Amino acid sequence: MEFTCLSKGRGSHFPPCHILNLGGIKILLDCPLDLSALTPFSPVTTAFYALPSLEEDKVDANNDVGSMAVPAKRQKIENQPDNKTLIFAEPWYKTVMNLHLWNPSFIDVVLISSPMGILGLPFLTQMKGFSAKIYATEVSARLGELVMRDLVSMHKELKQFYGPTETDFPVWLRQEEVEKIPSVLREIILGKDGTELGGLRPLYSEADVNDCVLKIQKLKYAEEVCYNGILVIKAFSSGVEMGSCNWILDSPKGDVGYLSNSSFISSQVAAFDYQSLQGTDTLIYSDFSSLNSTEDVKDEENESVQLADKLPMSSHGLVGLYHNAKEDSEEMEKLAFICSCAIESIKGGGSVFIPINQFGIFLQLLEEVSKAIDASAMKVPIYIISSVAEDLLAYLNIVPEWLSRQRQERLFDGEPLFDHVKLLDDKKIHVLPNIHSEKFWMHSREPCIVFCSHWSLRLGPVVHLLQRWHKDPKSLLILEGGVNPPQLALLPFKPMAMKVLQCHFQPGIGLRRVRSLLETLQPKTLLFPEEFRPHISFPSEKFRSVLYYSEGKTSKVSCKDGFELKIPATPASNFYWNAFKEQEINLARVNGELIIENARYHLLLDNTEKNSNGRTNSVSFRKPELEKLLATFSNFGINASVEHQKMNSESQIQCLIHTADPYKAVIEIGTSSVVITTAGENVASHLYKALDSVLKGN
Amino acid sequence: MAIETLVLGAGQEVGKSCVVVNINGKRIMFDCGMHMGVSDHRRYPNFSLISPTGDFDTALSCIIITHLYCINTLFLRFHYFLIIKISHSLILYSYIFFFGIICDSHLDHLGALVYFTEVCGFHGPIYMTYPTKALAPLMLEDYRKVLVERRGEEEQFNSDHIAECMKKVIAVDLRQTIQVDKDLQIRAYYAGHVLGAAMFHAKVGDSEMVYTGDYNMTPDRHLGAAQIDRLRLDLLITESTYGTTIRDSKYAREREFLDAVHKCVSAGGKVLIPTFGLGRAQELCILMDDYWERMNLKVPIYFSAGLTKQANVYYKMLINWTSQKIKDSYPTNNAFDFKNVCKYERSVLDTPGPCVLFASPGMISGGLSLEVFKRWAPFENTLVALPGYCLPGTVGHVLMSKPPKIELDPNTKIDVRCQVHQLAFSPHTDSKGIMDLIKFLSPKHVILVHGEKPKMVSLKEKIHSEMGIPCYHPANNETVSVPSTVYVKAQASDAFMERCLKPNFKLHKCSSQELSIKTLTDKNIVPELQVINEKAVFIVEDKSKKLKVVHNDEVLVMLGEKKTED
Repeated sequence: MEFTCLSKGRGSHFPPCHILNLGGIKILLDCPLDLSALTPFSPVTTAFYALPSLEEDKVDANNDVGSMAVPAKRQKIENQPDNKTLIFAEPWYKTVMNLHLWNPSFIDVVLISSPMGILGLPFLTQMKGFSAKIYATEVSARLGELVMRDLVSMHKELKQFYGPTETDFPVWLRQEEVEKIPSVLREIILGKDGTELGGLRPLYSEADVNDCVLKIQKLKYAEEVCYNGILVIKAFSSGVEMGSCNWILDSPKGDVGYLSNSSFISSQVAAFDYQSLQGTDTLIYSDFSSLNSTEDVKDEENESVQLADKLPMSSHGLVGLYHNAKEDSEEMEKLAFICSCAIESIKGGGSVFIPINQFGIFLQLLEEVSKAIDASAMKVPIYIISSVAEDLLAYLNIVPEWLSRQRQERLFDGEPLFDHVKLLDDKKIHVLPNIHSEKFWMHSREPCIVFCSHWSLRLGPVVHLLQRWHKDPKSLLILEGGVNPPQLALLPFKPMAMKVLQCHFQPGIGLRRVRSLLETLQPKTLLFPEEFRPHISFPSEKFRSVLYYSEGKTSKVSCKDGFELKIPATPASNFYWNAFKEQEINLARVNGELIIENARYHLLLDNTEKNSNGRTNSVSFRKPELEKLLATFSNFGINASVEHQKMNSESQIQCLIHTADPYKAVIEIGTSSVVITTAGENVASHLYKALDSVLKGN
Repeated sequence: MAIETLVLGAGQEVGKSCVVVNINGKRIMFDCGMHMGVSDHRRYPNFSLISPTGDFDTALSCIIITHLYCINTLFLRFHYFLIIKISHSLILYSYIFFFGIICDSHLDHLGALVYFTEVCGFHGPIYMTYPTKALAPLMLEDYRKVLVERRGEEEQFNSDHIAECMKKVIAVDLRQTIQVDKDLQIRAYYAGHVLGAAMFHAKVGDSEMVYTGDYNMTPDRHLGAAQIDRLRLDLLITESTYGTTIRDSKYAREREFLDAVHKCVSAGGKVLIPTFGLGRAQELCILMDDYWERMNLKVPIYFSAGLTKQANVYYKMLINWTSQKIKDSYPTNNAFDFKNVCKYERSVLDTPGPCVLFASPGMISGGLSLEVFKRWAPFENTLVALPGYCLPGTVGHVLMSKPPKIELDPNTKIDVRCQVHQLAFSPHTDSKGIMDLIKFLSPKHVILVHGEKPKMVSLKEKIHSEMGIPCYHPANNETVSVPSTVYVKAQASDAFMERCLKPNFKLHKCSSQELSIKTLTDKNIVPELQVINEKAVFIVEDKSKKLKVVHNDEVLVMLGEKKTED
């Protein structure tokens, strides 16, 4: 088994990407797109107005970055990035660079672990020779499809703005132009040493998306699918996003678990099913989220011990003790804080803009914000502006099987799964496909709350909204997640007067729990990211084999030796055993067919055709002595005559024995084999017994 | 090793489905139904056969419920009533109570109650699909209300009891592989028939079996056809309700129904469709909504408040369990957002002019449907469309014979001048469907349940003669034991695998003597040169009884090497 980490990803929007070679089958794990690399490009509005204002420093002072924001360090560099240094061209999208080093036609299987892991897939499916089988959960596939459609439709605006390009190679990618880009921005798009240039691609079309979606085989959680008979694939809930999953791959050479970004806190989606990952031969740990978080690791030791003791092992208590009420309430506190900020801003006469990032957070925010508005007895319209919002909201209400127990209770109580259904009916939420709606601009003078795409602040309705409101100090922009410092993201909208609140929802296992989780899972071999080595140590008595992997390197993992076969027991008990006492073994010769089914080899014995051509075979390590044989034959009442042959290298037959009475048969005695050819099985077995007695009887 | 099937219900009869299967020591109860035609203890399965001591927790690994009963089927089957009773003794009332309504008698079921509470006490897992779990309490609640209203009985159990009981049920998704315990693994497959109906696959060790429950191999208006993987089964237990009939197209009957309704409303009449809330009501409503759209009819359609309307809320959320067509039209057009269905209010009953009303319960056994019937039946331009079977003792049953008068009780007589249309489609599979399923799965053994004995016998003959699969049709309380597959494990050598993965063709030259022998036995002319794919392998058993599979060449090496050691 070989494992290659192509990319360790960047946060929840850009999950890690790996290639696994399992007994000759090449499996691609996720195919994401780094949308945070859109930051150096200019949104359509800035390009249009091409603002000349240069009052940056004043604006920065006004910039009220919320208390939860991580203040970005001002980069002192020669070329200060401002809104004129952005790239004024149709953006290209950053795929996983290392993936392009692989021939797409050699990939056999693609596994998609989350809706975000699908975004780069159309690039792959449109490649010549690509014929891999793609598996994703139903919900991942559907949500991923919606995100891709939204992306394509938002990109259309930029495409229309810049018009058709003359060459396939854009001007901004030329060496001299690239050098003009401030190094902070250049690093985002081209990597530290500029090598990631090769991963840039112009966006796919809607037709590519359709084509890609058609190729996906959709799965349920814990559904078993078999690839080519040799690989059984199962997806289990990872508790992060709707439809996101971890994988178990079962092959004749052992099973492999893939632990993607997972979370024990899942108030919305089905709980993290870690029990199903227990006891695999190999476990690939690929949850990098904890690295980004600023978690305190100091008192980890004590806590992990406690947790390990408490771990529930029963199959039904899935939520288990891992579910930490503290972290749960932490998340609720964050949400409550955001809500209170939003309400304050509304009360002050400003509007609130919330770019949609993670669906789970979006839905929770939507519910919390609408509750808060109700509580404050204000009448504030909520808008959701996205080309796929209608489909998305409708879809989220028909997936009860993928949600948390609390949400499922709503199904059993006959209530809609999410509050938005009722809010839509009550006309408290307005869903608009785009910004150019009369309905929106008519009412937008009053304070309102707008959820819209895209969180990169380079695409979609949000750029128009920011263009219109960025000078309004009463309004509030709530940025959720995002990897680049907000100053860079907000670059095109400077000078900014509106308030900005940045918050982080980084669902992940968390450094504190990683070890106790892995102790519970007890894999025989653990593949662990090199980056974590300083943070977590594994005691050798509990972890027999830990291999550290790093980006761009291939690790080899040894597999089980030998193959295991399954033989149906009923005929197996009727083997004609030939005992070799000296060697203390029994031997039986059988005819059969080797088939592979559900990742197991089966030896199907064919009983019907056995010896139909009158040939019986057995094994002995000595040659029969002719005289003894003839004597025995006559004892058995068989008349036989010998026809000697010259040593024939081709047939290796030494002599032939013909028997005429009572049955007709030919016995060929060769240097290493004896073949009896007769008309019937009975005759053959009769002769065989005679021969056998000679061979054994010394 | 063997799979033992103990049939507790639906053996050579229709109704009361209950089969207990013992696969390699794991006992699973599939369905837990009761018979409606009998009033004594025979109406429920003889649970003492599972465990004479009544210790069901150790006797059964789990209970699997394949679907909600479908009220439109030939006989009524109340799978979940027993489950409720089994997990929670208080809920028992519902079962007794309900029996009271349908058969219009027997309120003295105290004896049965004692029987059940004593027998029960199963705390193990109960599995059913999401829709079944969602809809079961809804229907229970409806019956409870009808009962209280109609009989004026004291409320003997409340909604909390139902809710509490349903919490103990584990909901499963289709194709999800559930590990019940270390050895037992179950999986649900789509079965059509009614929303949430499933066929269940159970596997213990190497033994595998499928229990179908009721299924439908042809898609209907709102549900898809049954779907299952090709499996290596030791046993298939299938229903055989329509074991001998081959159903004609139901489009003709749908047309007939629509024509009758259209004729009635265009003449200004009212249409009453007494129906239970699930399955049939939605199917008919999709049918009519579609027809209304096409014919541009403006006549209002009403859904009586309560069950049916609420059921639509569930249907909307469970859209993934309906047919592909409905799924595809989502979300732009949710088939359960009926455009022509108006909000029901009591006043519509007396509003003049045509309308269509879906009212529960079916069979006009009480509640709103009876009330409306009383009002509308005396008018000639009214149409009563009865979708499905009506049990003896209900107004619906009497109505089918089209009497001029119906006597509800000594004081109430209703003049019946209305027209009556009976719809007969049943979501069970027909004989072709059963045969198709068996052919597709080609199990090693088949057991037929849920059918009438003569039909079962003829189906059994057919299966045996056409497919050569041994088939059984045990009566109630009989046990059938079939052998199950067990595999032995063996290690294969690398050389063996290598040889096997490459074809190993050899040219074999028949000597003249061989030829002469062969031509003696078979008259076919044997060519002198033959191509043989060498498939022979050796199985080696060593001291520790471990098996190893090796290739021809290795055997000699193995023996030779050992010899030199000696």
